[in-house]
Amino acid sequence: MIQVISFYIFAAILLASAAMVIFARNPVHSVLWLIVAFFNAAALMVLVGAEFIAMLLVIVYVGAVAVLFLFVVMMLDIDFAELRAGFMRNLPLGLLLAIVLVVELLLGIGAFRAGAVELGGAIAAATPADKPNIEAMGALLYTKYVFLFETAGLILLVAMVGAIVLTHRQRKGIFVQDISSQNQRRPQDSVRNVNQPVGQGVEL
Amino acid sequence: MIGIEHYLVVSSILFVMGVLGIFLNRKNVIIILMAIELILLSVNINLVAFSAFLGDLVGQVFAMFVLTVAAGEAAIGLAILVIYFRGRGTIAVDDVNRMKG
Repeated sequence: MIQVISFYIFAAILLASAAMVIFARNPVHSVLWLIVAFFNAAALMVLVGAEFIAMLLVIVYVGAVAVLFLFVVMMLDIDFAELRAGFMRNLPLGLLLAIVLVVELLLGIGAFRAGAVELGGAIAAATPADKPNIEAMGALLYTKYVFLFETAGLILLVAMVGAIVLTHRQRKGIFVQDISSQNQRRPQDSVRNVNQPVGQGVEL
Repeated sequence: MIGIEHYLVVSSILFVMGVLGIFLNRKNVIIILMAIELILLSVNINLVAFSAFLGDLVGQVFAMFVLTVAAGEAAIGLAILVIYFRGRGTIAVDDVNRMKG
């Protein structure tokens, strides 16, 4: 019973906050609603026993991606009112499209429920009953799917390098310390001893 | 009792909300990126639900890869957004024609 109640609460908050993400006027509010949505999705995943993915969702999405969004939204000086110009004009057609799409998806789910699709014939890696979820995931990730796991790490590395290369810029006209040129500077290059005659100006 | 259909319905509604977000906020690329995150989240819920109800852990492994790609996509997308804003002073993307493509 408690499972049913919590499912409905989490699902309702998830869908409501997802609606707030796309309808909020201020993008900062959108990001905050996105965080709420991620937390509730993680709770839904905990309900079916996928603790590893749920914790990953909280750590990666809330801890990294949402904060990245927040930084970018706050860093850029954007006129958000102007960007909402076509919102009301797109609304009727968008809602129509959304309703058509959701009806189609629900029809698909109904067909699945009616037994049109046969699933579960070949279980690739059955959930072990005696191990916790995280242990079982670790045992699977580091043995059978180790190459895919490494590939995921490589994708993250490439994304990191790409993001740094894209946003890094060499600024001109600012003063920075150049240590090697400081060390290479010699006294005879920069100091000049003159025997200054009386009554004449210094020649610079 | 909560069955797989409940999760499928929630995830499909979430998916459609992401699509609607892309459609409505056509100019604001930040909201579009967030809507893409919503779509990927709904895909993850779908994968995890099937994984849990069929008793097959591979779905959760796939969900982890979806998560990885989503994180990379968000980082690259926001980097492109930052350099686009630096060059143009706006992020209105409904008339992007820089590359005349």
